[in-house]
Amino acid sequence: MVEFTLPQNSKPVTGKTWPRPDSARVREFQIYRWNPDDGQNPRIDTFFVDLHDCGPMVLDAIIWIKNKVDPTLTFRRSCREGICGSCAMNIAGTNTLACTKGMDDIEGVIKLYPLPHMSVVKDLVPDLTNFYLQHAAIEPWLQAGQNPEKERLQSPQQRAKLDGLYECILCACCSTSCPSYWWNSDRYLGPAALLQAKRWISDSRDEAGEERLGYVDDAFRLYRCHTIMNCTKACPKGLEPAKAIAELKNMAIARLD
Amino acid sequence: MAHAELEAMAEKRPLSPHLTIYKLMLTMTMSMAHRISGVALYLGSAAMAIYLLALAFGPGAFAAFSWIANGFIGHVFMLLYSWALFHHLLGGVRHALWDRGLYMDPKGRELLAQATLGGGVALTLLTWVLTTLAG
Repeated sequence: MVEFTLPQNSKPVTGKTWPRPDSARVREFQIYRWNPDDGQNPRIDTFFVDLHDCGPMVLDAIIWIKNKVDPTLTFRRSCREGICGSCAMNIAGTNTLACTKGMDDIEGVIKLYPLPHMSVVKDLVPDLTNFYLQHAAIEPWLQAGQNPEKERLQSPQQRAKLDGLYECILCACCSTSCPSYWWNSDRYLGPAALLQAKRWISDSRDEAGEERLGYVDDAFRLYRCHTIMNCTKACPKGLEPAKAIAELKNMAIARLD
Repeated sequence: MAHAELEAMAEKRPLSPHLTIYKLMLTMTMSMAHRISGVALYLGSAAMAIYLLALAFGPGAFAAFSWIANGFIGHVFMLLYSWALFHHLLGGVRHALWDRGLYMDPKGRELLAQATLGGGVALTLLTWVLTTLAG
């Protein structure tokens, strides 16, 4: 359902301002905090990062804060090179990966929030359960009957059809950037799951294309996409979920003939 | 932890901020404007229906309606209605192109959004200039 305002328990209040390091190059951060153990509303804390002592990326800065200022600051991270998708968050108003976003690309105070319109586990960590269930719902594995005698071959042209689809790292930046997903994530599959549906339908080795298309061809699962384009603009891998969804819609219409 | 305990924890969780923190971008704004102009068309169409009703009710009712329609508020209403009409019309064309997977690249999508915005304003102005000239 469309609810423009946050529930009472979710409205952030002004939080703590942490000490400013004695350095010529300091960057100010405003970071969303929520502690499941204190029963308080979320708060926005202010931190100052010493750039002389810290790497260039937003992830470097929050690791610096965790090591040097507040060890309770909670976030997911792993690969630090844009392939695991763990450090997806809302940085300066758009969803992206903290590890590939340079602080130099952002003007002024750097604001960090968890991925939008998600249930918050702690600080910058959202609950991705529903997001993963949606990925599971499109059955993201090869469906082609019995195992063949030899490997399933693909021509370079057939393989090329997976480019721009297979690179998805399931970081959830796209789905959680989408207002339609904010209001209808219980029934709309969202850009990430739909991009993966398109990936399996486009695979020359897969034989379940018709069933896959039949599953997504639904007023909510597919057609809650209103081409707002936030997904494509947010994707840290430069993929185009909006285009994949448009192509799915066209394939769904072509089925009717 | 027991299942019930986990569920109680999950219920306490806040919802992360969304509309208020997301950076407003042109394509997103144009999507909102498309919806708002669609709602405005309902209001405008209702006004058109009242105009026809007034015509059917006779000279007295029509004179009363005309007095409002020809006044300042009537003109502002008509200006906004005509703008909503053109904006929504071109928005429909934009969506028809996007629904075919066309102009979705970084340059194309911004260009289409700008063209819808500019085109709607331009067509509105053109209509008003021409109708004013025609008297």
